[in-house]
Amino acid sequence: MERIPILKVGDVLLVTIQVDMHDQVASALEEDLTTRIVATGAHGVLIDISALEIVDSFIGRMLDNIAAVSRVLDADTVVVGMRPAVAITLVELGLSLTGVKTALNVDKGLALIERRARPDQDDDGD
Amino acid sequence: MSASTNAVIPRVLKSHESDLIAEWMREQMSVFSRSTSKVKEADLRHQTSEFLNLLQVATEGGATDINSADFSRVRDMLHDLSRTRSISGFSPAETATFVFSLKRPLFSRLQKEMDRDAEGLATVTWAANELLDKLGLYTMEVYQRSRDQVIARQQEELLELSTPVVKLWDGILALPMIGTLDSARTQVVMESLLQRIVETGAAVAIIDITGVPTVDTLTAQHLLKAVSAARLMGADCIISGIRPQIAQTIVHLGVELNVVSKASLADAFALALQRRGRVVRRIESTPRT
Repeated sequence: MERIPILKVGDVLLVTIQVDMHDQVASALEEDLTTRIVATGAHGVLIDISALEIVDSFIGRMLDNIAAVSRVLDADTVVVGMRPAVAITLVELGLSLTGVKTALNVDKGLALIERRARPDQDDDGD
Repeated sequence: MSASTNAVIPRVLKSHESDLIAEWMREQMSVFSRSTSKVKEADLRHQTSEFLNLLQVATEGGATDINSADFSRVRDMLHDLSRTRSISGFSPAETATFVFSLKRPLFSRLQKEMDRDAEGLATVTWAANELLDKLGLYTMEVYQRSRDQVIARQQEELLELSTPVVKLWDGILALPMIGTLDSARTQVVMESLLQRIVETGAAVAIIDITGVPTVDTLTAQHLLKAVSAARLMGADCIISGIRPQIAQTIVHLGVELNVVSKASLADAFALALQRRGRVVRRIESTPRT
């Protein structure tokens, strides 16, 4: 079965979704990611979905789930690179992913995680 | 209606073609006398003879229903004429006159033709009358339809014009909303906002609703949708320009706006700058007043 690679960059796990997300692939990713967070002790998870063109409610819920699980394991989840059409679809589906942090691209996502990791700059306001 | 009277109209149209055209032209030109610049006599003459020709061919088979296949070329011709006139700013009356002014010349010819047959004359006149009325109404329908198309297109253009996304500062966008927020507009607003977020890499978007006359639960929901979508793209939203009455309405309706909101665009901009780690301050060297 197809699996989505999880890369470790410093203290952050980077997941780049480049294929169509079937439900099975999504479930596998959720499981793999949880294992890797525990194994590496990462404090941030970056999910790049800039190549994702189609989302459904299942994928939306999966993102929410991953965020919730990572939060329990003390890691921030940042979803980056969402396309405008995907964002509108998710909102219309009623999934505004309130538990997930978002950023425009990988750069900004990494900066966001970095900022959270350094407590002296954590007075950002939001 | 008998076959003999049925054939009278095409026969008259054929035998009196040239003087029908001449008289009909006079009738039409009298309508345009005040605004002669709108229509060229040569064009009108061409349209007039073409229409008579087509009408004669169409009625030859005895058809009376203008929606039938016999009349398809007549309809096409009227369709083109009506549309052109509608677009070039003719009034409804001026457009309808094209068909209706044929009545007088045609009826007088029919009268001569049916000289001693009063009953036949009545039948033929009625048939011709009905036919021309239907064609006239068809013309008006097309006229109205092309007007509606123009209105629809203008609405669309207005929609795009009325939703600009302005870059206030590096990473700060402003979206001054003007007019009522319905679903169609929110969609356009949302799309252009998200597109600009991608283009400029903005982290803060200020939605200014000073120009929104009323906010009801639906409008609030639309606003929140835009805010959520922007957040999914990694941009924070600030809502500004909430007028006192609107603030009261929102509270009375029990709508929860879980968004940072500021009274004025200036306040929102100050907050946005602060979030970007910037501050506006007076330059020391300028003389104080």
